[in-house]
Amino acid sequence: MRQGAVMRQGAVMRQGAVTVTRGQALRLGALLLILAVVLYPLVWMVGTSFKSPQEIVNNIGLIPRTFTPGNFSDGWNKFDVGFGRFFVNSALVSLMTVVGNSVSCLLAAYALGRLRFRLRGVWFALMIGTLLLPGHVLIIPQYILFRSLGWVGGDWPYLPLLVPQFLATEAFFVFLIVQFMRGIPRELDEAAVIDGASPYSIFRHVILPLSRPALVTTAIFSFIWTWNDFFRQLVFLSDLKDYTAPVALTLFIDSSSESAVGPMFAMSLLSLIPVFLFFIAFQRLLVEGINTSGLKG
Amino acid sequence: MAQMPVRPTDPASAAPAAPDDRGPGRRVRRRRENLAGYVFLSPWLLGLIGITAIPMLISLYLSFTDYSPLIPLTEANWIGLDNYRRMFTADQSYWHAVQVTVTFALVAVPLKLAAALAVAMLLNRTMRGISVFRGLFYLPSLLGGSVALAIVWVSMFNRDGAFNSFLALFGIEGLPWVNDPDWALSTLILLAVWQFGAPMVIFLAGLKQVPVELYEAASVDGASGWRKFVHITLPMLSPVIFFNLVLETINGFQGFTSAFVLSNGTGGPVDSTLMYTLNLYIAGFVDLDMGYASAMAWVFLLVIGAITVLLFNTGRFWVHYSDNEER
Repeated sequence: MRQGAVMRQGAVMRQGAVTVTRGQALRLGALLLILAVVLYPLVWMVGTSFKSPQEIVNNIGLIPRTFTPGNFSDGWNKFDVGFGRFFVNSALVSLMTVVGNSVSCLLAAYALGRLRFRLRGVWFALMIGTLLLPGHVLIIPQYILFRSLGWVGGDWPYLPLLVPQFLATEAFFVFLIVQFMRGIPRELDEAAVIDGASPYSIFRHVILPLSRPALVTTAIFSFIWTWNDFFRQLVFLSDLKDYTAPVALTLFIDSSSESAVGPMFAMSLLSLIPVFLFFIAFQRLLVEGINTSGLKG
Repeated sequence: MAQMPVRPTDPASAAPAAPDDRGPGRRVRRRRENLAGYVFLSPWLLGLIGITAIPMLISLYLSFTDYSPLIPLTEANWIGLDNYRRMFTADQSYWHAVQVTVTFALVAVPLKLAAALAVAMLLNRTMRGISVFRGLFYLPSLLGGSVALAIVWVSMFNRDGAFNSFLALFGIEGLPWVNDPDWALSTLILLAVWQFGAPMVIFLAGLKQVPVELYEAASVDGASGWRKFVHITLPMLSPVIFFNLVLETINGFQGFTSAFVLSNGTGGPVDSTLMYTLNLYIAGFVDLDMGYASAMAWVFLLVIGAITVLLFNTGRFWVHYSDNEER
């Protein structure tokens, strides 16, 4: 699909050769060249994950001479716990984070963005303050706290990863939804108030349905960020069977012999597929999302 | 989605307007709304207190102790400023980490923003296929922070990696870049620059807001392309440049994953990829020196805060907000 799009681009240029100026052709050429450089590592990754150990060293081409799908089964079964488990763990953590962030950030955003209550300005300022707070600063006391609660390596190993997400600590999404809610006309609330609606029913019947676009953005980015996240998962997961895909991938680095490169690439490739699918499905939304707020990938 | 502001918004001006409070039953309604506000805010408040504020205070306390997770919190010894003294005067690798991190941020951020602006300007004039290009350039920003991509990147700059194969085409014999203390950090910088797509998308949105009439008027006056860039594009884009600069700088200082993957968690070769956060991780979770690591965390917080304030203060001199900019 990607290639098709690029080829279409080329076709357009050729068809309209009469109207395309030299400057435009040069610009397009430059863009295609940059695009090739940018996409090269990704294409190379796909090719390498199908190469045999010999070819990884000898064949500098992108396409393997003999396809070695065995890399995938080797990688999948490389450790005492299969990679399927790691992917399920990652999916569980990511999906629960999506739920936690969407619900808790929406509630907080409704309060901060639409309701009037004592000290609201103070809380709003604090929320903005936590936006720029580096997560690394809090990791040690959080670790101590969660460990003392028996959450680290306990029966519910993902509590340290999930509880903060259910308490709207991802201020970024609170801010994003507040910004969105500012665009919902006040008249709607006021009309509902005149009809005797409480803040709860306004939330339920006016704000919630209208906030869907912001919630979708929150959900998508929550998923992608958590799926890619490494630092917190590295710190809080101690048992091999609880590992998420990124943490499990680092195990390959330890055993980085020549024969492990193919399987390592195969599993790396698999672990990027969910994000890639999100990209295909929500490309427009993602790009507009970062326009709103400068979201990082 | 259509209602979302296209332009990055200044957080300071973002406090929402209060609703109108005239009309009958005002006091009852206000009390009800006051209560509702706290009901809706309660999960966030709980998080603010339990997940953010209290841990911050614990961390501050720990930074004055020799706490290690091997002993109970109550048995940690108060050692005053020893951790800070050690950090600033005795610990060689701490200063190494500072140097690595500053180098990384000072090189990667400008390069990334320059690449983002350059490609955005190329794209801005290309009408057809713009959304396809935009999407594909943005893809690395989504994938680049992952462990998987860091693994691929490191392999690419290995002795047998794709980069050396490319150099071999020109008869150049490459180095094992990622194992060379002089070059390892450069490969990480390159990985950061590769993810220029996110700031590029923001630049593109900014470029769309620059009135075409300005360029037309400049052309009539005989201005060259470069002069138009310096005197129209850059000033008109300065709020967006500023926004990207703040964001990327703060992110740049926090790089962890790629350095961890390259060095297998050690910061090597010879501490050349010992990013600040990696050093903090090693101190806290490998050496189990959590008091010391907490001191590092607090210095990090203060420095990041100071840099943000500094950026905002210098921004006053070069960021131009035009009058008609309100969305």
